[in-house]
Amino acid sequence: MTARPMTVLPRLAPQLATAAPLLSMRGVAKRYGDVAALKGVDVTVQPGEVLGIVGESGSGKSTLLRAMNLEEVPDAGRYTLDIPAYREKDLFALDRYQRRMLRVREIGIVYQNPHAGLRMRHSSSGNVAERLVVSGERRFGELRRRAKDALIASDFPIARMDRPPVELSGGMQQRVQLAKAIALEPTLLLLDEPTTGLDVSVQALVLDTLKRLQRERQITMVLVSHDLGVIRTMADRVMVMRHGAVVEEGLADQVFQDPQHPYTQQLVHAKL
Amino acid sequence: MTLDTTLDRAAAGSAKPAARVLAVDGLTKTFMMYHLDRRLPGFDDVSFTLAEGEFLLLSGENGAGKSTLLRTLFRTYVPNRGTALFHMSDGGTIDLARAADIDIVQLRKGEIGFVTQFLNARPRVSAEDLVAEPLVLAGRPFEAAREEARRLLGAFGLQPALFPAYPSTFSGGEQQKVNLARALIRPPRLLLLDEPTASLDRTARAALVDRLARMKAAGVAMIGVFHHPEDVAALVDRDVHLTRQKIRENADVAE
Repeated sequence: MTARPMTVLPRLAPQLATAAPLLSMRGVAKRYGDVAALKGVDVTVQPGEVLGIVGESGSGKSTLLRAMNLEEVPDAGRYTLDIPAYREKDLFALDRYQRRMLRVREIGIVYQNPHAGLRMRHSSSGNVAERLVVSGERRFGELRRRAKDALIASDFPIARMDRPPVELSGGMQQRVQLAKAIALEPTLLLLDEPTTGLDVSVQALVLDTLKRLQRERQITMVLVSHDLGVIRTMADRVMVMRHGAVVEEGLADQVFQDPQHPYTQQLVHAKL
Repeated sequence: MTLDTTLDRAAAGSAKPAARVLAVDGLTKTFMMYHLDRRLPGFDDVSFTLAEGEFLLLSGENGAGKSTLLRTLFRTYVPNRGTALFHMSDGGTIDLARAADIDIVQLRKGEIGFVTQFLNARPRVSAEDLVAEPLVLAGRPFEAAREEARRLLGAFGLQPALFPAYPSTFSGGEQQKVNLARALIRPPRLLLLDEPTASLDRTARAALVDRLARMKAAGVAMIGVFHHPEDVAALVDRDVHLTRQKIRENADVAE
């Protein structure tokens, strides 16, 4: 005999948090040949919220993040951000140039691998300034000042701001990526396994910087990680992905302490 | 029925009836553990009401579901049945059993507080700043918030030399003082207390009871689980007694 699950109460539509969502994705689907990487995923993120996305490799979480960053246009789906010039516009329908400009101005990203986000042999300050240049800033003094501010906000030791990332530690490289990502005060900050591969103590310090930035600037963040500890530390809400679909979504403490889906229970128990 | 006694030791001398804060009706929580292929009971069919300034003690043996009930009201656990109608400061109501996750996030920022035994210390944040943070987020100027934080930490008996230090290096008892000060610096409308006196020395315990008495007088409604209920005997208005649910093999508990 098998125990029948007793269903939990369904959740109602928001009653207090009635601001328009900052990010909204509907029915996002993407295939790579025979593999369905995303099978119609919906995502909603409120302004100032930190959404964590967990799942094993191949779950589709990184594909979803690339779609949020407009690096890749999926086969189906709609994507809107609540920013003045683009409100109600499907961002997947923009042309390549518009997507790039939107990405530079409104979306910051930190990748797991610093090589994906930085020029490793240019100076760290130059890496950050490059973002500002692409956005149209040309005055040297202004570039240097704003790059320095972003590096300070990212807890980067400013005496080393002209050293190239290749000469820095992994934790420092992530801080350069973060400074570059926040230099233009983006609407949305995307974090793709930002501390994976760092020593545990360094990881804690980088997460602390992210938490402080979130608190001080109310930056809306989407954080992808297979590390449940990282998600638990950072996220307000969590989405659990498997085989290109969302299997569970909820408050971070609820998903970790009272997981509803068999897969989430297995995932949580495996990591405890 | 789980709720078998509701002892009224209430409010001598309170003239006007206090406004309602919470009405729990038929609230039920059962856990489904897929790897064991069975259900584990939490609590079943709990009902009670709570008004401003009331202190409700949850009693019952270990495993009766006292902490589970607190966590369900905080929505760390999602209930299976029932309602928990919360009357907000602005007069509106919201059902905590069904509210959207983002609404719960918002309520946790001011209206509903939870005190546990455990501190979630963060690296490179000093004890006084950790404690001051809820006030700063609520809009209090930084120095004033820090001043209040020092005062509260002092009341809990933390050595002033430790105020600017990082709690990650503190002893368990010292961490608990920081934890309590942080949780209690900004009075919520509803405060849930899960054995907050565990691991406290006498000074800290007295300071905690004093702080809770002040919050109660200010109208904060509280629901608490205490290992030594005598610590808070003077504050308790009512008692909700939970009885342990039977665990039945592969059984459909309460359905």
